[in-house]
Amino acid sequence: MKAYDIVKKARDVQRMSTIEVIQGLCSDFVEFHGDRRDGDDQAIIGGVGMMNNGKPVTIIGLQKGRDTAENIRRNFGSSGPSGYRKAQRLMKQAEKFKRPILTLVNTAGAHAAPESEEKGIGQAIAESLTVMSELTVPTLSIILGEGGSGGAIALSLSNQVWMMENSIYSILSPEGFASILWKDASKAEEAAEMMRLTASELKALEIIDHIIPEKDENGQDLSNQELAQRLGKKIQEAFVEMSQMSPQECSQSKYDRFRKY
Amino acid sequence: MGLFRKKKYIRLEPVEPEELKRRRDKIPDDLVERCPSCKNLILMQSIGEDRTCPKCDYHFQFPAKDRIKWLVDQHSFVEWDEELKAQNPLEFPEYDQKIAKGQKNTGLEEAILTGRAELDGLPLAIAAMDNRFMMASMGSTVGEKLTRLFERATQLELPVLIFIASGGARMQEGILSLMQMAKVSQAVTKHSQAGLFYCSFLTHPTTGGVTASFAMQGDVILAEPKAIVGFAGKRVIEQTIKSDLPDDFQDAEVVMKNGFIDEIVPRNKHHRVLSLLLNIHRKSKVGD
Repeated sequence: MKAYDIVKKARDVQRMSTIEVIQGLCSDFVEFHGDRRDGDDQAIIGGVGMMNNGKPVTIIGLQKGRDTAENIRRNFGSSGPSGYRKAQRLMKQAEKFKRPILTLVNTAGAHAAPESEEKGIGQAIAESLTVMSELTVPTLSIILGEGGSGGAIALSLSNQVWMMENSIYSILSPEGFASILWKDASKAEEAAEMMRLTASELKALEIIDHIIPEKDENGQDLSNQELAQRLGKKIQEAFVEMSQMSPQECSQSKYDRFRKY
Repeated sequence: MGLFRKKKYIRLEPVEPEELKRRRDKIPDDLVERCPSCKNLILMQSIGEDRTCPKCDYHFQFPAKDRIKWLVDQHSFVEWDEELKAQNPLEFPEYDQKIAKGQKNTGLEEAILTGRAELDGLPLAIAAMDNRFMMASMGSTVGEKLTRLFERATQLELPVLIFIASGGARMQEGILSLMQMAKVSQAVTKHSQAGLFYCSFLTHPTTGGVTASFAMQGDVILAEPKAIVGFAGKRVIEQTIKSDLPDDFQDAEVVMKNGFIDEIVPRNKHHRVLSLLLNIHRKSKVGD
């Protein structure tokens, strides 16, 4: 498949989202709103849940809308500073109560707007990277659809980073890349081929640890619910395995993971 | 109508005497520069060692080597990792030529100079970014030099001072540039957890993935007057919202007003302020 076809799939608003992953992973979940300073950015959903295996988890995920009304509420999945500060608050809470953290990424990038700059979007992303560096509980990030730029890495400094088969992870959108490179955003398809933004290319570059297939054993597309069920099992297994590490080992293995780049 | 009467012909390209041409060729290109702020023509010789405009105090670009030499104690700077060269890990077209141009412009192997030095006798790890090298964007080598700077400073228990200037992540290294934000942030965090002092000094321009990582992770964040400090580019935001933004939208002065910079420090006060900060943050026990 061409890279740009995967870009289109990654952007499909009907694909499995944070909400379905939570439903597939947890028997119960409570959403926690707000950054305690400035508001509640709905582009990021955060909260705590009980996984199907009876273990608690903190989940922080970017969420796009599926219709216009929801997209306005969720700002098309682009969080401003407030969303990242909510994420930091919930990460520190998870650290205090020693529960693992799952982050789910699906964003074209952080919200580019005057108010975003005024409230320090750069500082908010920088602080998220600091908080994730300090964590000693197990962390897992999964790129569900688009993993765009600083807005994606801000939630992806984790012990393990996975990607869905048809997701993308890149420094910039192919359109943005094409306009920088050739001053022509319409050459996005060519840019996508060059950028190495697909899961298989990024696995080869060792940027990610694991690819989650979106088809079943017979090559049939899985529904969002089936996919979330399967993914939920893998997430639980991963956290069980990671919980064997001491806090110090957990922190050191994360350091080593990103130190190699 | 006298107004429209045809005037005498004039020659637009007069033939010059050879002598005049030869003499003009001898004038160096960088003898005068127009100050971007006050628009006066400035004889570059009249610019002080601190590279500010003698008429309006505009802060010109400060080459990394000159900046460190100007600031720290004489002969105290020892460079680290000078052998680390910019690479082209994804074999990106025309990137090698851009690297070569940057190297020629700056005399550096990459867009950042790192090392250790002393300021008024106080030891520190220091770095300066040079935006004549591909806008001092952060690729794998810039990220590696920064990471080693913090790791070594942690080991040697040194404070860190970085003069930041950057266009952001380096597009030609794709996702690897994005990973540098995580790599450097981890090293900054370890340095911080060891109780050591980090001062990030934002100079013109500090943007993109650099703002969104180590630039905003300092214990103290200082900035030069009028430096542009932001995450998304002004033009990108203007295109998104389809209207114009004020000229000073991302000026350090405005960013300070918004609460993200500790103090604006002009160059004539760099030495005094930095020396004071290093002195105050000397590693010692409470009450010493």
